Amino acid sequence: MGEAIVITSGKGGVGKTTTSANIGTALALLGKKVIMVDTDIGLRNLDVVMGLENRIIYDLVDVAEGRCRLPQALVKDKRFDELYMLPAAQTKDKHSVTPDQVKEIVTQLKRESDYVIIDCPAGIEQGFKNAVSGADRAIVVTTPENAAVRDADRIIGLLEGENIKSPKLVINRIRANMLKSGDMLDIDEICQVLAIDLIGIVPDDEYVIKAANKGEPTVVNPNSKASIAYRNIARRILGDSVPLMPLEGKEGVMAKVKKLFGLG
Amino acid sequence: MMAAKHHVTIKGNKEGLIFLLDDSCTFETLLQELRYKLEKTHQKILTGPIVHVFVKLGNRSVSESEKQSLIAAIKSKGNLIVQRIESDDDDADQAHDHLFIHKGIVRSGQTFECAGSVLYVGDINPGGSIVARGDIFIMGSLRGLAHAGSDGEESAVIAASHMRPTQLRIAGIISRPPDEWGFDETHMDFAYLNEGKMEINKLNQLHKIRPDIREYKGV
Ligand SMILES: Nc1ncnc2c1ncn2[C@@H]1O[C@H](COP(=O)(O)OP(=O)(O)O)[C@@H](O)[C@H]1O
Ligand SMILES: [Mg+2]
Repeated sequence: MGEAIVITSGKGGVGKTTTSANIGTALALLGKKVIMVDTDIGLRNLDVVMGLENRIIYDLVDVAEGRCRLPQALVKDKRFDELYMLPAAQTKDKHSVTPDQVKEIVTQLKRESDYVIIDCPAGIEQGFKNAVSGADRAIVVTTPENAAVRDADRIIGLLEGENIKSPKLVINRIRANMLKSGDMLDIDEICQVLAIDLIGIVPDDEYVIKAANKGEPTVVNPNSKASIAYRNIARRILGDSVPLMPLEGKEGVMAKVKKLFGLG
Repeated sequence: MMAAKHHVTIKGNKEGLIFLLDDSCTFETLLQELRYKLEKTHQKILTGPIVHVFVKLGNRSVSESEKQSLIAAIKSKGNLIVQRIESDDDDADQAHDHLFIHKGIVRSGQTFECAGSVLYVGDINPGGSIVARGDIFIMGSLRGLAHAGSDGEESAVIAASHMRPTQLRIAGIISRPPDEWGFDETHMDFAYLNEGKMEINKLNQLHKIRPDIREYKGV
């Protein structure tokens, strides 16, 4: 029986889909059988980032409504044998499935895999409830901006109510030069406010956008900085203790991060 | 006069008389009507042997001096002895003098409310609020909103080991710290009202500024 991890944030555009695609792919790279589920009904784009759009036949709503069997809706990745995706419906809205239906589907997928990675829509309503209903663990994604941190905090509060134990934090789109100049929220400060374990920091990397446009997850290219960050997150999910990658950040920041992560 | 509306109802039972006092009018109106009834309308029933009186205040909570003036008004009839003055609000009043101890994190979108004073061990995050009828003491960071004396008690204080609030409120007074105070964080300080204006001072001055700070029961 696998484990279901929801990737959530509250705020839109902070990198949930990017993180889902890359963690999913990185876990597959490490030899795990992974099924990614896009629950952003009406605004699906995990398929686009993965470059699998043209292989979709059925979707999540089709499964929930019994128009097809679950295995028929799974799209196999073009790079990895053990990587699959269950796409969201593009033409419906988030009310076309219920949390119970998603939970049932995720439970079935867990039986067939090591990890189910659930890409959550923005917001705190039905879409969020759908996405978290079947999850065992959660990764909360934020960027170093006040509004994103505020929403992440809100989500962490809601996750506590959803019976999801100790969510982990990913801080995405960190810019070393802005950290240095003090124009960006400190990693340390974010961790203090949110008070959950940091599982990774991902630099802002142009390659992420380039890769997304090619329909290829960033982690496939071992040379980009973001790729290394995502691979490290995947290893930490498996329980390895991997030190946080060095960023040319403000003096002392890395030491603090390591300490927060229990590595220093 | 105020005869149109009855704020004072007098009933008898085997133990004595029950004075049911309305809790929606002002205390002044209530007292006037009580005196009026005792002197004029109910004169007959209220003369004779000694009678025990039980006063019920409904949801009204009264101060000690208000209580004394009620007793004085009733005692002015020599045969009436006040046995008890009860308010439904007494439970809440007791809570008011109670210091509650809590631990956790108040996150964005969450509100922590307390019927008395609170010692909160943990942080209040931006977008979160802590509201108490009495004082608020935070062992942690106050980054959200804190409202002490939420029922209007102007002597209430807000203290925090680390104070970087988005907003502070005491009774009806609102303050936005960085804009109004010129600094955005403090350590081991408390906020209080001085002649209706919010001020901040070191915690070691609390005993001077609020020497009569409530003695907590049940701590
Ligand atoms: N680490 C990063 N560096 C550069 N661009 C990023 C990074 N993470 C995300 N992006 C870009 O930000 C945008 C929003 O990301 P996305 O994953 O779609 O967010 P969400 O799913 O939370 O709405 C996309 O254009 C994506 O390519
Ligand atoms: Mg998305």
